[in-house]
Amino acid sequence: MGVFDIIGPVMIGPSSSHTAGAVRLARLARSVLGADPVRARIGLHGSFARTYRGHGTDRALAGGLLGLDPDDERIVEALELARRSGLALEFAAVELADAHPNTAVIELTDAAGRTVTVTGSSVGAGRVMVTRIDDYLVQLTGAYHTLLVAHKDQPGMVSRVTGLLALADVNIAAMRVARRDRGAQALTLIETDQAVRQDVLDTIAELPQVNWALMVPPI
Amino acid sequence: MPEYRSLERLAAEAEARQLSIGGLVLEDAVATGEGREPLLARMGEHLAVMRASVERGLTEAPPSHSGLVGREGRLMEQARRGRRTLSGEATAMAAARAMAVACVNAAMGKVVAAPTAGSCGVLPGALLTVAGDLGSSEAELVMALFTAAGIGQVIASQAFLAGAEGGCQAECGAAAAMAAAAVVELAGGSPTAAVNAAALVFKGCIGLVCDPVAGLVEVPCVKRNGLFAANALVAADMSLAGIQTVIPPDEVLQAVREVGRGLPASLRETAGGGLAATATARSLERVIFGSQRDGAPS
Repeated sequence: MGVFDIIGPVMIGPSSSHTAGAVRLARLARSVLGADPVRARIGLHGSFARTYRGHGTDRALAGGLLGLDPDDERIVEALELARRSGLALEFAAVELADAHPNTAVIELTDAAGRTVTVTGSSVGAGRVMVTRIDDYLVQLTGAYHTLLVAHKDQPGMVSRVTGLLALADVNIAAMRVARRDRGAQALTLIETDQAVRQDVLDTIAELPQVNWALMVPPI
Repeated sequence: MPEYRSLERLAAEAEARQLSIGGLVLEDAVATGEGREPLLARMGEHLAVMRASVERGLTEAPPSHSGLVGREGRLMEQARRGRRTLSGEATAMAAARAMAVACVNAAMGKVVAAPTAGSCGVLPGALLTVAGDLGSSEAELVMALFTAAGIGQVIASQAFLAGAEGGCQAECGAAAAMAAAAVVELAGGSPTAAVNAAALVFKGCIGLVCDPVAGLVEVPCVKRNGLFAANALVAADMSLAGIQTVIPPDEVLQAVREVGRGLPASLRETAGGGLAATATARSLERVIFGSQRDGAPS
């Protein structure tokens, strides 16, 4: 842990896991959608489900979906802000098998009707881990710039993407390939030290085997 | 950024390089490529947030969501101003400030987790009070926060900084150990005296459980912040007086880890035991959560 993990983060209370972590989880979900959500259905599991009101977890999630930072004092009124900005929120308790006690399943829809479901956990000290994006099992922390590429599961794909990153002088910190539960689709998740430029992202997205490519900035 | 794994080696290295622990932590961070000025500026911003949270807690006494806490810091400060305290000016002021910050946290206000949100009052409470008494400069205060960070890094690597892992000894206890070391250095004490003070804090709270009523960061958290800010000052005074821990600091930390690991889950932030399992706590829980706990949330 770095110096500012110990003396920090600056955050809206009361809980680094139930409040600051919830903001960050929702921000990651918003980045994965890649647009302003107009509708969010949020399933809360474990301690999140039992104590979410007392910890302001619902307001924290709403704030994160609106793009607020964990130290933004508007988090307190985020449910009202969401209502005014046309974001419809639904919270429900869910029971998940083998999930971390602070887990949320966040289903987001944008104005164009696109939907993504992001499952993630607040794992302590405000740190988070997204474990599932739609049908893909992932490990997304938001600690780095993260490139997500959904593509056909066939030889050579990873090297084509990493080749493009090398040409753009982007250094890779870590990389994982996740296969979908079923079918011949894979999701490559690449954590990078630098942001990937939009034109490089577009080039990757235009590769014939790629369904979509997305850049999630660090949170 | 290097990770420190030993309180004793941290102190020895600082002394070998003729630095304070705070100075060593800063120099090591600078050596990894982070600029000195940005590091100092960022820590200065955190200090400013700490100050603002003290002020808000004392003046507004913001009620928490449940209404169980909010006025503790202000009540203590009023008593101190009225000279109605037994524990002395500095102790009462540190406790008042620590509880003020903890109340701001419980009311969804802005705080600096130090090391956690649940224990966020201890360090500002103790540090700002000593700094006021000593007339410390802003730069000295910022360095004291680096001292606290270094101690916290050792605790994180050798034990834990989360009630869910090690009980409250790993939150308010850790915060007070960090604060004790920081104020020792602020007062001109040696790195060895600083880690000795940290060890003394842990000896006084080893085994402390995390038992939040209704699972909220309110009861007993706010009062514990006050009590541990006071403990930090007393431990610092003991260390500066030459009172040494017989069990070396790193062994104390090992013991804290082993005791924390041995705590049942009910006493590690699950609201399953301790104060959280009392009849009053259970009845408060029903009042606060009402239908939320009994049925589906809306």
